[in-house]
Amino acid sequence: MSVQTYTPREFHRQAHDALGNPQIRANFRKAMDGLMSKRRDVFSDWDLDALRELGANIRQRALARLPELLEQLEANCQANGIRVHWAQDGDEACRIIRELCEARDAKSVIKGKSMVSEEMHLNTHLEGAGIEALESDLGEYLVQLNEQTPSHIIMPAIHLNTDEISEIMHDKTGTERTRDVDYMTAAARAQLRERFMAADVGISGVNFAVAETGTLCLVENEGNGRMTTTVPPVHIAVTGIEKVVEHLRDVPPLYALLTRSATGQHVTTYFNMISGPRKPDEHDGPEEVHLVLVDNGRSSIYQDDELLDTLRCIRCGACMNHCPVYTRVGGHTYGTTYPGPIGKILMPHMMGLAETRDLPSASSLCGACGEVCPVKIPIPDLLVRLRKESVGEGRGNVPGAGVKRHRSEVLAWKGFQWLATHPGVWRSAMAIAGKLRGWMPTRLGGWTDYRSTPKPAKTSLHALVKRHRREEGSS
Amino acid sequence: MSSRARILQRLRDRTDGALVPPESDFSVMTGRGWGVQERLERFERLISSVHAEVIHTRQASWTETLAEVLTAKAVRRLALGHEHPVPAEARAALHEHEVDLVDANRDIEAWQREQFETVDAGLTSTGGAIAETGSLWLWPTPDEPRLTSLVPPLHIAVLDAETIEDTFFDVVEAHEWSQGMPTNALLISGPSKTADIEQTLAYGVHGPRELVVLIRHREEST
Ligand code: SF4
Repeated sequence: MSVQTYTPREFHRQAHDALGNPQIRANFRKAMDGLMSKRRDVFSDWDLDALRELGANIRQRALARLPELLEQLEANCQANGIRVHWAQDGDEACRIIRELCEARDAKSVIKGKSMVSEEMHLNTHLEGAGIEALESDLGEYLVQLNEQTPSHIIMPAIHLNTDEISEIMHDKTGTERTRDVDYMTAAARAQLRERFMAADVGISGVNFAVAETGTLCLVENEGNGRMTTTVPPVHIAVTGIEKVVEHLRDVPPLYALLTRSATGQHVTTYFNMISGPRKPDEHDGPEEVHLVLVDNGRSSIYQDDELLDTLRCIRCGACMNHCPVYTRVGGHTYGTTYPGPIGKILMPHMMGLAETRDLPSASSLCGACGEVCPVKIPIPDLLVRLRKESVGEGRGNVPGAGVKRHRSEVLAWKGFQWLATHPGVWRSAMAIAGKLRGWMPTRLGGWTDYRSTPKPAKTSLHALVKRHRREEGSS
Repeated sequence: MSSRARILQRLRDRTDGALVPPESDFSVMTGRGWGVQERLERFERLISSVHAEVIHTRQASWTETLAEVLTAKAVRRLALGHEHPVPAEARAALHEHEVDLVDANRDIEAWQREQFETVDAGLTSTGGAIAETGSLWLWPTPDEPRLTSLVPPLHIAVLDAETIEDTFFDVVEAHEWSQGMPTNALLISGPSKTADIEQTLAYGVHGPRELVVLIRHREEST
């Protein structure tokens, strides 16, 4: 299987390629259809509006108190024996984690699923320092074996089908070629159990960090998260600063929304709440627990009342599951750590609008993402805002603001505005356009890539109505 | 200035000014009003739907049921604690049984490979359960460590019927979890599973392949 690298700069080319790949389209279509119907069923006996309202409200409350809550989280974690580290960006977070590994002379790291660690390219960084980082979530493991990145934030290997996975495992680990999913799962289990036992450090993400009790909550089905956070002598949890919640009672509503929105499950197999390292009288669990709080652009998003909503995200993936664009082009096409609608509103802050210029406009603004988001993030409004920022019509609060501003475009719209507000001139212009319709060019940039050239009508609708009225009046 | 100070300062000096925290209405999370029987049925239906096996037994004779399960599942080595009444009663009852009782309350460093490779099942008590989602809740202790419910291929959890509550929210509130959390608190809903290979569900990926829940009833009525 060829390994390809993706970048947001090449979004259009990558989308074109993905659209022409029937395998990719079939894999995503099938998966997304299943996820959408499961989500619908699992919420059927809930007052979903009230629950989403509560979810949005809990996240908003946490953001309103963010600096205090981070300090409270830190104090309570420390009181529990968890060491807390702060990183302004991904590089600093990588360095902190590498130094923690080096202090233990660690050579082998086992990882639970963490999108923040993907965001900062932690594995590459650790490998550069001679530390092997192995993913243990089955999907992430497969993606790593295949030298790829996740194509979905919840189901990292969703772009691969059974035959492809069988081939990858056969190639890289020597298993039999098979369509037997139980066989492949058992093989991965055996391979990874050895690695759990041997690992010097376990690195995980965090779904919710509870300020009130200094508790790190992890949501998972496989048990690899529990293994990662219990078996190795050191556990390092890494998370974005926005993941904090105020109270323990804030957790059940968010957990209820997360599992149902993500995969249509009532609950996941495990909900793992960690409040400290092994105590002297305990017999298992890590001797050291660290929490790395990563900013990486989040405090900039935090400055602006409208953009702030982005930080309510609980990373459920429902917006991508319901996105007609994501379903057709797949996750890799975006070329960013977070694909789909959440990626489009988050990545411009992390990479700048120059790098991600095509993302906010890669949407029909159909509104599905905003409708399903469990914390009611108005994603379509944020996409419009980022479009404005990219043409220099916003508040300039996003890196790379104004990068898509073209004098000719501005002039064209100004001209149109003038024309459209001067009825006399407009009518003459339309009459002339009707006369010149035979002269329309056959190629009009991006428009004619997928559509036929528009032709002005011989007679405008306006003129037709006028004529019709006249004829009616005279009959 | 440290990274910590810089981050906190940026958050405090927010361009658009301080935010007002909204009030939260949690009523959607509680007040299910289910009766005992309804809770039990709901719990059983949901946890069975994710592949757990529920077995009803009586408070007075639960260890006989346990022995039957061990025989049926061909368990030769069972990991369990000593002090909690659940492992203590199990030990007393199983001592005639041919199963080897493995001490779970030992430092893991001393027996990691043994636990990973030779133990067939782990037995634990539970704190209670949640009807709404079909979940068990556990607070592992030195006597019943975290890995007992994770590493062996079969996890046998003992649950008292009257400890099933309506919702997770109700459990957190009623037991005042916010007043002090243990090193590790867990919700467990079924054996470990994955759907990472083309959405096909497979059980027993990194954790147990099977979860048996022994529900103990006080009355003879079961
Ligand atoms: S934006 Fe909303 S729907 Fe999308 S991942 Fe975040 S919480 Fe889920």
